[in-house]
Amino acid sequence: MPQPVLAVFRKEHFNAAHRLNNPAWDAEKNAQVFGKCNYPHYHGHNYELIVKLIGEVDPGTGYVYDMKLLSDLIKAEVIDRFDHRNLSLDVAEFTDINPTAENIAVVIYTILRAKIESRFKLQIRLYETERNFTEYPVDPA
Amino acid sequence: MVYVTRIEHFNAAHKLFNPKWTKEQNEAVFGRCANENWHGHNFSLHVTIKGHPDPDTGFVYDVKKLSIIIQEHIIDKLDHRNLNLDVPFMAGKMCSIENLVIAIWDELVPHLPEGVQLHCLKLTETPKIYVEYFGGK
Repeated sequence: MPQPVLAVFRKEHFNAAHRLNNPAWDAEKNAQVFGKCNYPHYHGHNYELIVKLIGEVDPGTGYVYDMKLLSDLIKAEVIDRFDHRNLSLDVAEFTDINPTAENIAVVIYTILRAKIESRFKLQIRLYETERNFTEYPVDPA
Repeated sequence: MVYVTRIEHFNAAHKLFNPKWTKEQNEAVFGRCANENWHGHNFSLHVTIKGHPDPDTGFVYDVKKLSIIIQEHIIDKLDHRNLNLDVPFMAGKMCSIENLVIAIWDELVPHLPEGVQLHCLKLTETPKIYVEYFGGK
């Protein structure tokens, strides 16, 4: 008897500063492409992170995944490193890439994918503002 | 009397750090908010005015005009800025939302047309933290 497959979601928050700047371009081109996001002294956001896990319901627990364990994992691997930080300066993964919402989502996916068993599919939704958000990967994997 | 509110947004960096204290004292009082490389928020500003609806327009005041005043004198100075470094009206002040809401009030009032009475500013730092200010010292 196959177990039902469901998606479960955990929502977390972090507040961080960042700046969009491409060091290969001059100041004028950076200002033209990134506008206000290129201002030199950084700006910031309340990021909202939604982690989606897809898997079979465990017949023993009735869980797809223990949400407390998922929350602890996200906090230890992502929130503790990103919250009240400057993503451009304090987070090693963004040394060579711009901390756009797209790249942050990819980085978070890569971090969590390595920590979650492969039988679960994973997808990251990241809100930079209430109106701007991104999802990675497009198809949970 | 009717109260009319216009909501605007700005995204900014800041830190809570008292330059008179050591790094350790700042971290003891402000925790993560003292991170020397800044952090940031999506702030929202609720501007509430009060008055009686004008018999010809039905408005207490044209909220589109109110929005333009807030944009020009407040949001343009705060949005995508570092509140500690880039905002003249926060210079020399601790960059808490308490101090910021008072500074916004003092900055905004002189730009409101005669007869437009500011009632309340509500400044939201996160979905769980906000301050309200009704003027007065």
